[in-house]
This record gives sequence, C-alpha cells and structure tokens, in this order.
Amino acid sequence: MPKRKDIKSVLLIGSGPIVIGQACEFDYSGTQACKALKEEGCRVILVNSNPATIMTDPSLADATYIEPLTVECLTQVIQKEKPDAILPTLGGQTALNLAMKLAQSGVLQANGVEMIGATLESIQKAEDRRAFKLAMDSIGLASARSHIAYNLEEAKRAALNLGYPCVVRPSFTLGGTGGGIAYNQDELESIVGSGLRNSIISEVLIEESILGWKEFELELMRDRNDNAVVICSIENMDPMGVHTGDSITVAPAQTLSDVEYQVMRNAAIAILREIGVETGGANVQFAVNPVDGRLIVIEMNPRVSRSSALASKATGFPIAKFAAKLSIGYTLDELMNDITKKTPACFEPSIDYCVVKIPRFNFDKFPQTSPVLGTAMKSVGEAMAIGRTFKEAFQKAIRSLETKRFGFGFDGKDPSLISDEDLRYHLITPGPDRLTMLVVALQRGMSVSEVVDATKMDPWFVHQLHQLVQFALTFTNTP
Amino acid sequence: MNNLPCRLLLSDGSRFEGFFFTSPHVRTGEVVFNTALTGYQEVVTDPSYTGQMVVMTYPMIGSYGVTPLDNESSKAHLRVLICKEYIPFYSNWRATQSLGEFLDDHQVVGITGVDTRTLTRRLRDHGSLNGVVAPATHDWDRLADMIGAIPTMVGQNLTPLVTTPTPYRVVPSNALPTYRVAVIDTGVKRHILNELTQRGCSCDVFPVTASVHDILGQFDGVMLANGPGDPEPVESVIHLIQQLLGKLPIFGICLGHQLLWLALGGQTYKLKFGHHAVNHPVRQLATGRVEITSQNHGFCIDIDSLPSDQIELTHINLNDHTPEGFRHRRYPAFSVQYHPESAPGPHDSTYLFDDFVNMMQQFRMKGFANVVS
Repeated sequence: MPKRKDIKSVLLIGSGPIVIGQACEFDYSGTQACKALKEEGCRVILVNSNPATIMTDPSLADATYIEPLTVECLTQVIQKEKPDAILPTLGGQTALNLAMKLAQSGVLQANGVEMIGATLESIQKAEDRRAFKLAMDSIGLASARSHIAYNLEEAKRAALNLGYPCVVRPSFTLGGTGGGIAYNQDELESIVGSGLRNSIISEVLIEESILGWKEFELELMRDRNDNAVVICSIENMDPMGVHTGDSITVAPAQTLSDVEYQVMRNAAIAILREIGVETGGANVQFAVNPVDGRLIVIEMNPRVSRSSALASKATGFPIAKFAAKLSIGYTLDELMNDITKKTPACFEPSIDYCVVKIPRFNFDKFPQTSPVLGTAMKSVGEAMAIGRTFKEAFQKAIRSLETKRFGFGFDGKDPSLISDEDLRYHLITPGPDRLTMLVVALQRGMSVSEVVDATKMDPWFVHQLHQLVQFALTFTNTP
Repeated sequence: MNNLPCRLLLSDGSRFEGFFFTSPHVRTGEVVFNTALTGYQEVVTDPSYTGQMVVMTYPMIGSYGVTPLDNESSKAHLRVLICKEYIPFYSNWRATQSLGEFLDDHQVVGITGVDTRTLTRRLRDHGSLNGVVAPATHDWDRLADMIGAIPTMVGQNLTPLVTTPTPYRVVPSNALPTYRVAVIDTGVKRHILNELTQRGCSCDVFPVTASVHDILGQFDGVMLANGPGDPEPVESVIHLIQQLLGKLPIFGICLGHQLLWLALGGQTYKLKFGHHAVNHPVRQLATGRVEITSQNHGFCIDIDSLPSDQIELTHINLNDHTPEGFRHRRYPAFSVQYHPESAPGPHDSTYLFDDFVNMMQQFRMKGFANVVS
C-alpha cells in the first residue's frame, strides 16, 4: 500500500513548554516527523508554543507558527492554511488532547481536515479510563479493579470498597499529574482534590493497589494493513508505585520467560487492534504479580511516548520517523530498516546488548516538593547507557547522570553515617537517592532477600547490584 | 557454578576463551547463532539442534531459570550452549532450577564469558563452522585435530537420534478427538502436538521407520514434523510421503517441509549460516500480510527445482527473499519452513494449524477431488 496521494499538507502539533513529564523527547519526535513528511513531499505546517525547540527552526517545517496551543489559535491556523490532515500523535499528551478538542468542536470537519495517525474514537477509548477498562474486558484482558469518581464522596466509597492503600489516577493528564497513592482517608481527600482539578473532565479513577508488582512496557508499531510489531520490551527496576518516568528501566525485559513474553506480546497487539491504533507507534504498560505471574493491563498510549524515544535509541528503530510515514499511507514492509538498509522495517529488532535508563532528579530546585517517588513523575531528565551486560550498562548510566558519581559503589562517596533505621526507611520509601541507599545496605551486609523485601525490586536486579558491591570490595580490601 | 576455564576453537582457526558453567566436557559440533532475546530453554530442548553448538547473541542467559513446563522435548539436544554472561541467580515465579543445573542433568555443556559478538560476526561472515569446546588444559593443536574429525552437516541423517523408539498417542485434554493425525517424528517439538490437540486432534506419533500401512485408512491427516540435519538422506520418510501424497492431507513444518519438497521431486541446499531467530518477517502472498516468525533451519528448498504448475509459492522471507512456504496444486499438501508453533517466538502464524484442520474437514466431507481447487 503506497503513500496516499490525497494528503499534500499536514498540520503537526508540538508539545509546548518543557515541563516535568513532557520534555525534549517530543521535540525529537516532532522534528523526526517534520523531516519524514517533507521527505515525502508533504507541506508541513507546525504549531508549537515553545520557540526553544529544534522543530521550530525555520528550515524544518514549511510554515511554523509560534502560538499558544489552544483551540482558538489552532482553529485560526487551520482556517488560514487549510491542511489536508492533522497529525497529533507526535507531540505528546498535549498534542493529543488538543487534537481531540479540535475534533470534538467540529473545527476539523468544518475545514475538511482529516486526523491521521489516530482517530477521535481511538484516543477517547485509550484515554478514558472507563472506556479502556471496558475494552480490555471485551478482549478478555485483566485490569486492576477500580471505580470512577467525579467527586470526593464517590472517591471515598470506592476506596472503602477496594481498601487502602489505593491509587488515584486522574483522566487525561500528562505525567500522571495530580495522581498519587492514598494510604488513608486524609491522603485520599487531598489527592482526589488535586486530581479532579487536573483532569480536564474532572474525573479520577480509584484503583486497587498493585504496589510492589513488577512493571513492564512494550513499544509497538502498527500499519493500516494490520501488520503489528513489537519494537522493544522494557522492564522497570522500580516496582509498581514509582512512575515509569522516575523508574530505572531496562531493555529488553530481563525476568520474563518466552512463554510469558509472548502472552504479553499477544495482549499488546490485541489492545492496539481493539483500541484502533491504525497507524503509528503506541505503548502498552503491564503489571505482573511476582508471586503468581498474574498479568494486568495498566494503560496504553496511542501515540509516540517518552518510552518510544528510549526504545528508538535502544534498538536503532526510528519510531517517530516511521510513525509519520505510516500515517500518510505507507506500510511497514514498504519502509526500509534504517540500519541494514536492505531489509524491511517490518520486523522485531533483536539486540546483543542491554540498555539501562536512570532518571535524574533535582529536588534542590523544588523545595516544596516531597522527595519521595510515587505515581506522579518528578524527575527532570535521564541518562541512557548501552552495555554488553546489565552491570556494564548500569554503571555507565550512573556516570552519565553527571551527578559527580562514578558508579554503583566504587567511588567512596556513599554516606557511611546513616543509621540502620533511616536506611530501612529509605529502602522502603523510594526517593531520588535510593541507589546510594542500596549500596550502603548491601555494603553493610543486608542480604539480597532483605533488600528485596524492603524495596520490592525484583531479586534479579538486587543480585546484580550485590555482585557489583562484592566486586568493589575486592578493590577496597586490596592494600 | 563451575568456573573452570575453557577453550573454543573453530574450523577456520579462530580461538575463543571462556569458562564452563556446567561440568567440563569435551564437545564437538556445528556452531550456529540464535538471535532470540528470550526462549533459551526452548532452544536447548528443541531436537532440531541435535549435533549443534548454539551461540546466543543476547548476552545474558539464564535470568529466568528453567521450568519443566517449557521443555520442547524430554531432553536437551544441543551439544554446547555458548553465552556472554551466564546468570546463575535466576528470578521467575515459574522457575524450578537454574539453567546450569538443567544442562548438567542432561550432560549438555554450557560456557560463559565468551566474546559472542566477535564469534557471531565470524559465523555471519564465513557461514556456519564446526567447532570444539574443551577444558583449557587441552592445547590448541590437539583441538585442531579433533575438529578435522567432525563430519559435515551435509549428508547427515540425524533423525534416528531423536525419533521416538515406539509409537505413542497424545489426545485433547478436555474433549473427544475430532480428527486423528499421524505425526512423523523426525524430532517433533511438543508445541506442534499442543497446537493440534488444542484443535481437537489426537496425535499418533510414529518413528521415522513407520510404514504406509501404519497410517493409511486410520487417519485424517499427516503432520510432518521439524527435525535436525540434512533432509536429503532421510530417505525412509521421503519414500513414506511419496506413498501418502494425494491419499491424505499433509502439513509439513521445517524439516517436514523440506522432506515434502524432496518427496515431490524438488531439491534442497544448505544456507550460508541458516535462520535461527524469532524475528524474521514472512509475507503471506495470498493476503500480503506480514507475520513475524520463529525460524530454525540450516537448509532451504530450491524453489526453481519444481515447476510452478505443480507448486504454488505461498510465503516468502522478506529479509533474504528465500521461499518460506508452498502448497501443492493437486494434492492436499502444504508446508512452511518456519515454526508456526513458535516456542520460542511470536504466535502470529498459528492460523496454519487451523488451515490444516480445515483441510482435513474438507477431505473427510468431500473427498480428495474437492479439497484442492
């Protein structure tokens, strides 16, 4: 299926200001999309409120509007430019939400603009937590037990039914803003209050706690011929309860057997089909109970996401670029693999290395924010490293954070004066310095299973860290 | 975990060093690489790897341990598993033992600490090579002598090593069987039988010495299984297929696909380094759809060796454009080179088992004449 001939101009929405939860990764994806569409001879019209981006460089798009990302401004741009299509899946949640409002207000239809890369229905189905849960039920996939609440009273009733702790998730937000974990009614009241304010439709989901479960993510692509491939699997080292953006993540997944991985792959592809991601990239997040392997679908993003940027760099598969090309009609088997140049892009990358991403925090600059990691993202950046082993990639990533640390242990900069009691608290309550706490705990002789009990990290990762600490000791013990 | 140093010598003279993570033994075989990220247990227990050493290109192997539930046959078949970093501290709720313990139980050798990236590049550039693994106390010259004695894969019938000694039957777990399938065991993977029983078929698994009288008149269809080695010398099965063609629906997988091709009078050849992966794109020509497939073969059918008025090419590999599947235009027979039963690998191609069941249904209802049209 070759390129569509009826799409000659495309409106691309950027992701606006750099905020926690939505940063330069969407400048990267938008820039890739600009280049890919121009390469195909499309006129690219770009709207972004943030001029400090690569995508707004004059040479990239054919027409660049530095305007507020509002329905009013976008409407004016659409009326002036009359684009054939609008591509909302490469500008993060901001672009997706804006495109949805434009479609709902009738602006797209009135001006004959087709939404490509996603449809209004698929965005709604993926983003509306109730619709998503129903969709999962209909294809036989489990999700966490939950109740929708539109006010505090409903939220309290839901929490009583599910038990504390429970998770509060506002609908239609980015980076989980306004969400959190409530351990009691007081906490529930404050979190639900901010959640309702942050949700554009004043809706929150109260969900059974799956704290401490293992968290996985699959990055996928699908084309309009229904070819679907998994680009990358990602396993979070931090358990459920820590936002993926704040988690140390590892690609590919380490602790899944092929049987379990294929179940997850089948589920992810079924979700893309059910939600209706017709073309482009998407990611699906899963939680797995470490005790019995019970698999739960957490959410699905019908767009290029923060993890897509990681998956692209981890595998060499240019997700954003191909998402743009698929949106104008190409199929995966018509695009060439960027690395081999002679095999098609319709394949699943295999790698002979391990990739580790570690988030960077800067709580010093946000003194009002509690330095505890939860379901709302707090990191301000991240470093990614590639190594032939997990240990190698992990050590390289720590160095790359530019926090003046030179690896897990080894550099003698870990605090020695912290009390055992404080140490335990920091292992149980993850904060930005949890890696330091892990080093100290293992140096002090805490066993792998004690650390696993406290942190809920998978024993696989704690064993790896333990090996690093043991290895460091062979240096320090040498005179 | 054993930590004895070991040596690996290839027939092109290249030398590698590492450590045993199992008991140290001397082993020889053809060295191939597999690029799957998961599924080492299925690889280890796949009879198709008989006589081979497998290099896993993914560096960390053993992470999720081993469970008896994931065995593809009753034992480990490959000679040596070669890894960059063996992980003894596995973590998975299903695991019952470590990979190293499992390999030791089956007298299979595992080595770690090997520069598998360089090794894989060598195999990719030169094609599959023979190799020998031994404790580092062996000097290189002695190892070179051992390599000279290894027979080449071409011309080797390895199926007698892996076939069942006596016939056995597997039935659907929760229903009476709808169809009876005769499976020719050239090294069948458990998942092929699973896919058939899940679709209401009972499977009678026969040794490669089965005769046409064992099968005709008692079955609805014949499953030609996967297996190791060169297809050409597996003459007993080729002859059997020739006697069954047109009389029963036939479905072939991997070695079974090659044997069906040979039985029809076609030819096969050895690929440079084979396909051992779980990410090969294959196009189904009838629909244009692409499936991501599990592959494990060193030989390939020569598509030009049979006329196209007899044979319809149904699937092709998009990486190297080799044929991946065909059907006969007159007989109810079709086959694929890849593994629709996966294990390990994606489940994109299980529809082929549905196609086989449909073919048996049509054959039973309407007879042979109406099946092929």
